[in-house]
Amino acid sequence: MKRREFLKGALAGGALLATSSPAEARPNKTMPPEAVGLLYDSTLCIGCKACVAACKEANDMPPEFSTVEQYWDTPLDISGKTLNVIKMYKEGSGATKDSEHNGHAFMKFSCLHCVDPSCVSACPVSAMTKDPVNGIVSHDKSACIGCRYCVAACPFGVPRFQYDRPFPQITKCQLCKHRMAEGQYAACAYVCPTGATLFGKMTDLNAEAKRRLALKPGEDTEFPRGNLTTHDQSSFPAKAAKYLPQIYGDKELGGTQMIKLSAVPFEKLGMPTLPERSYAATSETMQHTLYGGLVLPLVFLGGLTFIAKRNVKNDGEDEKE
Amino acid sequence: MSATHNHPAPAPLGGPLVTPVTITLAILVAVAFIILGIRFVLGIGAVTNVSDGYPFGIWIAYDVVVGSAFACGGYAMAILVYIFNKGEYHPMVRPALLASMFGYTLAGASVIFDLGRYWNTWHIFWPGYAQVNSVMFEVAVCITAYIVVMMIEFSPAFLEKFGLKDIHKKLNKVLFFIIALGVLLPSMHQSSLGSLIVVFGNQIHPLWQTVMLPLLYLLTAVMIGFAIVIFESCLSSSGFKRPLELHLLTKLSRLMTGMLVVYLVVRLTDLAVRGVLGYIFEPSLEAVMFWVEMGLFIAPLFILWQPASRVKPVRLFVSAFCLLFAGFFLRINAFLVGYETGAGWHYFPAVPEIMVSVGLVALEILGYIVLVRYLPILPREEKI
Repeated sequence: MKRREFLKGALAGGALLATSSPAEARPNKTMPPEAVGLLYDSTLCIGCKACVAACKEANDMPPEFSTVEQYWDTPLDISGKTLNVIKMYKEGSGATKDSEHNGHAFMKFSCLHCVDPSCVSACPVSAMTKDPVNGIVSHDKSACIGCRYCVAACPFGVPRFQYDRPFPQITKCQLCKHRMAEGQYAACAYVCPTGATLFGKMTDLNAEAKRRLALKPGEDTEFPRGNLTTHDQSSFPAKAAKYLPQIYGDKELGGTQMIKLSAVPFEKLGMPTLPERSYAATSETMQHTLYGGLVLPLVFLGGLTFIAKRNVKNDGEDEKE
Repeated sequence: MSATHNHPAPAPLGGPLVTPVTITLAILVAVAFIILGIRFVLGIGAVTNVSDGYPFGIWIAYDVVVGSAFACGGYAMAILVYIFNKGEYHPMVRPALLASMFGYTLAGASVIFDLGRYWNTWHIFWPGYAQVNSVMFEVAVCITAYIVVMMIEFSPAFLEKFGLKDIHKKLNKVLFFIIALGVLLPSMHQSSLGSLIVVFGNQIHPLWQTVMLPLLYLLTAVMIGFAIVIFESCLSSSGFKRPLELHLLTKLSRLMTGMLVVYLVVRLTDLAVRGVLGYIFEPSLEAVMFWVEMGLFIAPLFILWQPASRVKPVRLFVSAFCLLFAGFFLRINAFLVGYETGAGWHYFPAVPEIMVSVGLVALEILGYIVLVRYLPILPREEKI
């Protein structure tokens, strides 16, 4: 009798498993249709940090001091008070710009607005979201519980947290979406004097990046500034650098909406070498395989309930004896 | 938990509540609360060394990830007694469950200290906010549900104490389902504690970053469950001067040894298949910590391999102790030692941070002592 019941239970469980679609590996998410972002060209950057100052002003962030005399804002890294910084690479004498040896180069650090972001996948309360149309990765502090799983998960170390406040927030670049609502665009691109940081649609930015990689080093060319899509600023004439044949952010973790060009290896400039498959896809595939539609847990629960009921009943019989 | 299986029924232990031990524990608890007071006024940075490079410190890695595994005694015993129908272990269920309930409740509570925007905690459980793709969501919901389930599982101890027989009877009718949940939920979230770091990708050292994480964490959680029962039985028998239930501990240790073999095969095969065994011979902190971790997993196997060793209380205790530390290092290595977010970031817990974790453990022990003296938890001693 009991064996038959058990078999029935097992069969029912098996049927449930068979009817549910097998959990499929979740592929990387793809670039949103109207994706906007930034192109940062390290070879055009002169390290003036106008973008750092403009970012502070546009986002109403406090100054951060790293010198004894607190004369002006001197952030060394992005933080709970700083959403964007320019860092310098220097090797040997540091004399030659964009040279790996005895040279120097710049790199911009801010959110890369991943196509398939780890922070969005990690966030348990939907505080970190990716806009389905323009792809901007935003943070909603009113939803946030401050668990910092996004801070821990981001492979670029972007979301930051205010550890010195009793009522802290997560901070990160949101591509000046509040300025976009007013018909403007990212403040860092708006103020960049050389067009090293360029705002635009991802399709346009990618085309521009490819055009630059195709240039001969030393060749005279025009570099657009400001907004690539609206051409609101005059272009900047300069000679093409000796670019590495790589668009950083094109393939990394399934792509980002901030792509970068450089003449010095990205690893040296502090950008990690990353695989093409996004970590969010790996993590979610694992979770969906185990918990998709709660099928496995329910089957498991059914089996456990059946067995526990039988065994607890046995206990009761024992007691009567 | 109606069954008695011819075992002596649980009974309150009685005895004094105010002793040098309980006073010491109470002081440690008070210190922790003072530090937490500072944390809520001045921010997390004032009492911890966590940073944007190490946003999770020991309040997550130890209090929650290790702490909840150390609280798996109730889970491991429930599997044995109710799923594998090993009624002989019945006397161990209640004490194990009590320790588990404490461990889990405090692990859950310690999350609140660590959450920067704790007033929004309820968002995890609220449709519209809840984000089901997040491993953190799964862990949080399962742990919360399990704490409630354990309170129901444990409630007969209170119901007996206060003579509420009607509720007790009604509860007994549905207890089998609660027990099933009490096995399902820890299986889910203990494996997911491992999955938490999958999304960290290359930031976790290859020795601890693998798609086998759910299985490794589940296996070790059950083993730690057995180990903590042996550990607590030994401690409570010497602390309360009660006879040791040696015949049961011997059998538990045999199960534990079997599982250890399975675990080590899975762990080493995974490292070999992924081709990362080379890392363990590098002169790095990670390699050293890996050897410490593996040594602590292998030592109990050596000690308990001979069946004759399994009847010696000291060897059982040492093996359990090693295994607890092995599980501790597996988790600490993955979450802190093997976590690398780029140059310039370092983490070692600050003294106040450690004192909060110590205070939590003290609170657990204090609560256990008070409750076993007051409620029917430990089996009544037979007068021979």
